Amino acid sequence: MAQEENILEVRNLNVSFRVRGSEIEAIHDISLDLKKHETLAIVGESGSGKSVLIKTFTGMLEQNGRISHGTVSYKNQRLNELKTNKQWDKIRGKEIATIFQDPMTSLDPIHTIGSQISEVIIKHQGKSKKEAKKLAIELMERTGIPNAAQRYNEYPFEYSGGMRQRIVIAIALACRPEILVCDEPTTALDVTIQAQILDLIKELQQEYHFTIIFITHDLGVVASIADRIAVMYSGKIVEIGTSEEIFYDSRHPYTWSLLSSLPQLAKKGEELKSIPGTPPSLYKKIVGDAFAPRNSYAMSVDFKADPPMFKVTDTHYAKTWLLDQRAPQVEKPEQILNLHQHMLEMSADDFTKEETV
Amino acid sequence: MNNSEKETLLSIKNLEITFGSGKSEFVAVQDVNFDIHKGEIFSLVGESGSGKTTIGRAILGINPTSNGQIIFDGKQINGKISKKEKYEIERKIQMIFQDPSASLNERATVDYIISEGLYNYNLAKDEDERVAKVQEMLENVGLLPEQLYRYPHEFSGGQRQRIGIARALIMNPKLVVADEPISALDMSIRAQILNLLKKFRKEQGVTFLFIAHDLSVVRYISDRIAVIRAGRILELAETEELFNHPIHPYTKSLLSAIPIPDPLIAKQRKNFVYDPNMHDYSTEGPTFKEILPGHFVYCNEDEAEKYKAELQ
Repeated sequence: MAQEENILEVRNLNVSFRVRGSEIEAIHDISLDLKKHETLAIVGESGSGKSVLIKTFTGMLEQNGRISHGTVSYKNQRLNELKTNKQWDKIRGKEIATIFQDPMTSLDPIHTIGSQISEVIIKHQGKSKKEAKKLAIELMERTGIPNAAQRYNEYPFEYSGGMRQRIVIAIALACRPEILVCDEPTTALDVTIQAQILDLIKELQQEYHFTIIFITHDLGVVASIADRIAVMYSGKIVEIGTSEEIFYDSRHPYTWSLLSSLPQLAKKGEELKSIPGTPPSLYKKIVGDAFAPRNSYAMSVDFKADPPMFKVTDTHYAKTWLLDQRAPQVEKPEQILNLHQHMLEMSADDFTKEETV
Repeated sequence: MNNSEKETLLSIKNLEITFGSGKSEFVAVQDVNFDIHKGEIFSLVGESGSGKTTIGRAILGINPTSNGQIIFDGKQINGKISKKEKYEIERKIQMIFQDPSASLNERATVDYIISEGLYNYNLAKDEDERVAKVQEMLENVGLLPEQLYRYPHEFSGGQRQRIGIARALIMNPKLVVADEPISALDMSIRAQILNLLKKFRKEQGVTFLFIAHDLSVVRYISDRIAVIRAGRILELAETEELFNHPIHPYTKSLLSAIPIPDPLIAKQRKNFVYDPNMHDYSTEGPTFKEILPGHFVYCNEDEAEKYKAELQ
């Protein structure tokens, strides 16, 4: 990918929430650049802070949450300084739009699908009702709704989950945003529909040239869509790199376990690799590396000090003591050692079969 | 593996399930036939609305059937059965639900949730035995003794699913219907739960009907797989056979939708969408045919010939 300018810059961001009188930190010292026209995937388990992070881009943090330190800049504008909804209205939806996980709750059940799309067009593009309807139907067709003109007057309950998600995408695109944030857009959908929605998002990106932030807990899903991947754990980015670097040459043990727990890579008859334990509670103070208690590669230093970001290449960074000069050489889990070779062999069978059809 | 050597635990014959009546009648499941052998993990895979959960619920007697038979351990269990029989069956067939937060009683402690079945069926002679049983099960599913007196909301999704599994398996069931038990969980936690189910199969010989929408998950866990769409089973085969020789175009489309965890391959791959109108059934209707030994496909004679030729 050619060197593109940064469209969004996050610097040393801390986000904390006030819960029952005490302050807990959900995001800790995150710095991140989003390049124009790229697709950045943020991968992490529930509670890793990935959703909290993207909420700071659209001012949608819960009332008890606040940015306690650091900056978020969008095209040289400091988003962390915006306060009122009026200020945010210029950004939210218009510049940065979000697609949420559950397409049922993000649509209004008592308004027709059509009116929900045209409402946005009227508000953000200042079109008349008639023009808005025409544009809305166009968008519905573009996002793959058959008989769009007819279905314009239907209600969300008359749509299937996949179709609803297409509508949510249509609404997000109606404002021609620069950045499209997809917060687990396919998690609630069937695999077949998931594949279609991913294809749709990719196609639309080609056409509308927006930048994508794609959030998911499933590393397998992002291989087809992401240019770069950031892996989050316990409120921190633990590894970031290009898609190829993360899949073929990951350095952080957490990324290794995420990859090797994918059922696609499991060998028949063998125990599926799982990550023992659960992510740490935010209420407890963590000393050292937050992943250490679940990490089979943990060294004693991991329980004492939080590792810094080590540079692997210009695009690839990982936050693990294993990259320190003094650390011993360790071998990755065997499932992911020759991942590309392994996948090539598996898909080779598929290709030979396809030809016979 | 030879099927005839295996003992059949559950047999479903020409099952039909309809909802509503008259004009609004809707046939959710039709012509479904399959056997589940003792000790195997049998998976039913399909998209939402395919009827997979409806079949699972029919086996438990939650959904009434309109036609066909469900035979469990040699006895028919659908339709009219005596209260006593029903009571027995409810112990022998247990269910694990998809959403671990909606399926646990929020006002009960873990201790009570796991013991409830023991109380209802007097499975523990005295309090000591009950406590011992609960403790043992708790350990089996990987929860800690001090968590016994906590409430469901204090647990994460994966832990709640463990409680759901403990509650089902403490009854010593012969068959467990697991309805998408991992769909609501994080990827890293899914592996833990799948391994746990496999452990119970291995150590206690529990038979599972595993319901899922994702073939990649199912490959790892199941012995045989049935692919269901719009209330009909379209293909049924042993797991590796199904993955190596998928025959029905719908099965192929499901396989092509599995995300590939490899950016170079994933970015090139084309997603194949199944069109149910592609079949020409004008002259001859389809039936469930055995194309290869143990490998069944829903097709007509012409298609069967074509499929067989492709396999040569």
